[in-house]
Amino acid sequence: MFGKYADFIVSSYAATAIVVLLLIGWVVLDYRKQKARLRDLEASGAVRRSGRSATDH
Amino acid sequence: MKLTELANPTRFLSYAGRLLPWLAGATALALAVGLTQAMLAPDDYQQGATVKIMFVHVPNAWLAMFVWGVMSVASLGTLVWRHPLADVAAKTAAPIGAAFTFLALVTGSLWGRPMWGTYWEWDARLTSMLVLFLMYLGLIALWRAVEDPSRAARAAAVLTLVGAINLPIIKFSVDWWNTLHQPASVMRMGGSALDKAFLIPLLVTAVGFSLLFLTLHLAAMRNEILRRRVRSLQMMQASRAEAA
Repeated sequence: MFGKYADFIVSSYAATAIVVLLLIGWVVLDYRKQKARLRDLEASGAVRRSGRSATDH
Repeated sequence: MKLTELANPTRFLSYAGRLLPWLAGATALALAVGLTQAMLAPDDYQQGATVKIMFVHVPNAWLAMFVWGVMSVASLGTLVWRHPLADVAAKTAAPIGAAFTFLALVTGSLWGRPMWGTYWEWDARLTSMLVLFLMYLGLIALWRAVEDPSRAARAAAVLTLVGAINLPIIKFSVDWWNTLHQPASVMRMGGSALDKAFLIPLLVTAVGFSLLFLTLHLAAMRNEILRRRVRSLQMMQASRAEAA
């Protein structure tokens, strides 16, 4: 499709896709991790200064 | 909505939660349209099919510099206005900016090999971009090295503002020095030198990548606020246990 330059073009798009997927994975997994830690803290009786639930926005 | 309203992390989390699905959808749509247009764009009369690399290389290079600009404004927010979310914004933008800079270097290298005959040349544009990448890594290391976020924030803010000197050097390196890298062809006096067949897909992909940054940044800021909430709850628990 891209002639003799196919390797360079495909590699550029593949590198971009991999890094973007890693960034998306990083924010999604980190969100789940922080929510799980807050749930654990709430289960162990931790309360915010405002008195609201630890997992509450 | 005022900037001061967002100073409240709880309110910020509420806004972020509502905005993120819309931003993610807009990002996916803009990137799908832009990359489809990019694939359908004709070959360049000089560069042939390698011009397709431009549609990922240029947005990544623009964002590499733009993100440092965002971090610089956030650093002013930390040092001058002491906005509570400014250092959260600066800290969470750094890994995303590093990723865009890495991609600009890799895709530039992959474009350079068939066009210049080399993957790398120590010329002003390439070297100043590499310096930007190393500065991002330095900032990430600084944030990780200091445990107290407010102490790390001030040091990182100073370093970010000093590092902003590199932005005009990157931008004007192609004018100030004799480089292999071509001069600006989109944002220049007298208008773009690109034909519409390339310019429109490029601008659409640039909008897509910018929305991607906004989405990832907002999500990463939300995570950082939750991480700090975890930290403060753990400290409160520890001090209660100590008092008991």
